[in-house]
Amino acid sequence: MKKLSVKTIVAIGIGAALFFVLGRFVAIPSPVPNTNISLQYGILAFIAAVFGPVAGVLAGLIGHFFIDFSYGWGVWWSWVIASAVFGLITGLITSKMNLDEGEFEPKHLLVFNGGQILGHIIAWVVVAPILDILMYAEPANKVFLQGVVSAIMNIVTTAIVGTILCIAYAKAIPKAGSLSEED
Amino acid sequence: MTNLFNYIERDSAIHNLTGATKLICLMLWSFAAMGTYDTRYLAVLALLSMGLFKIGHIRIKDVSFMLGFTAIFLVLNTILVYLFSPHHGTEIYGTCTYLFGLEGYFAPTAEQLFYHLNYWLKYLATIPIILLFVCTTNPSEFAASLNRVGVSYSVAYSVALALRYIPDVQHQYNEISKASQARGVELSKKETLIHRLKSASAILVPLILTSMNRIEVISNAMELRGFGKNKKRTWYMARPFRVWDYLCIVGCAVLLIITFVLNHINGGRFYNPFQ
Repeated sequence: MKKLSVKTIVAIGIGAALFFVLGRFVAIPSPVPNTNISLQYGILAFIAAVFGPVAGVLAGLIGHFFIDFSYGWGVWWSWVIASAVFGLITGLITSKMNLDEGEFEPKHLLVFNGGQILGHIIAWVVVAPILDILMYAEPANKVFLQGVVSAIMNIVTTAIVGTILCIAYAKAIPKAGSLSEED
Repeated sequence: MTNLFNYIERDSAIHNLTGATKLICLMLWSFAAMGTYDTRYLAVLALLSMGLFKIGHIRIKDVSFMLGFTAIFLVLNTILVYLFSPHHGTEIYGTCTYLFGLEGYFAPTAEQLFYHLNYWLKYLATIPIILLFVCTTNPSEFAASLNRVGVSYSVAYSVALALRYIPDVQHQYNEISKASQARGVELSKKETLIHRLKSASAILVPLILTSMNRIEVISNAMELRGFGKNKKRTWYMARPFRVWDYLCIVGCAVLLIITFVLNHINGGRFYNPFQ
């Protein structure tokens, strides 16, 4: 296995902590009763875009695991793994972006959102329901409906929150060659 | 932080096992319970896990809040499953016995009720054991034990870092959120959904920027101390294995083997009393 850089290790830890805090304590009511908007996926997409797929997978895995763990209702492995898959796919698709050098142009906006939409669809409409069926033998139409609903909600949330984070972060970093000599 | 993860410090045989043992046993037990739908075996596992609660000196009072949560969740899920697929049991067991003289799509069948019984037993067999793990394992020892069970120490260290920084991030989030709300950022139901998301981002931007700084500071500090230079590292919270640790692991491995044997005898994951 390729060795992880120290920075990635720290990013995984802090990313998981952010994911946990937002997923566990920050409840923003959504139009559907009893469901909250999952802001944490916006952050996870951002972490995956900046630090790469490995950070995305592990931050999602650890963060989601701790959320389930702290509620004490049992670890819902199928959904924990789906979060990790989302981090992986977003990280892979955005791996060509240089967000930490302050680059975020309209082209990158498309790549980022394409990545997160694909990631959410694969995670919630393919991975989570299939694992639910395999592990818990739940009826297919129920889990697929749950998956589609969460995919749509998460895509909207990530599109807004993730994109705003990327733009703000890219702006906060001085670009190479942004200083010019005075005449 | 101990509060956050419901860890309860007590002296019991289960508390004295090492974190690694408990993690391995939790995994083996979960796989054993997940791998089967044999009603008899699930009932045995459920009873066994309640017995373990006694040994771990964890009282119902300690976990009543979490149990309540779980119960609501289970009831909701049961209703959902029934609404979406009232003939799921029939499909699984291959027969269809209507009860109470009712007929029709939503009429109760013996198979469906039996499937729901199994579904509940499955949770009764897995949830107490996870609660027990949560209550008896110190979170810091958990990170150390991950390394023991073969996870590379950089990843285990990420877990430890996450545990260390959750309270800090939470604190920071509250500060930023209060400051923003004082300036008129609205997060409640009074605003439209899109507007709420935008105001949430107004809080998240400073949070992310400070977190990125934090990542920089911590990784520099770790690099200066030569983190990742050696193949192994030691853990402050790690404890040596004792006889009981080995016995527990063997015991849980046997449970998993029983699952495989039962699946073989039943010719599948389901125990079918209808044939």
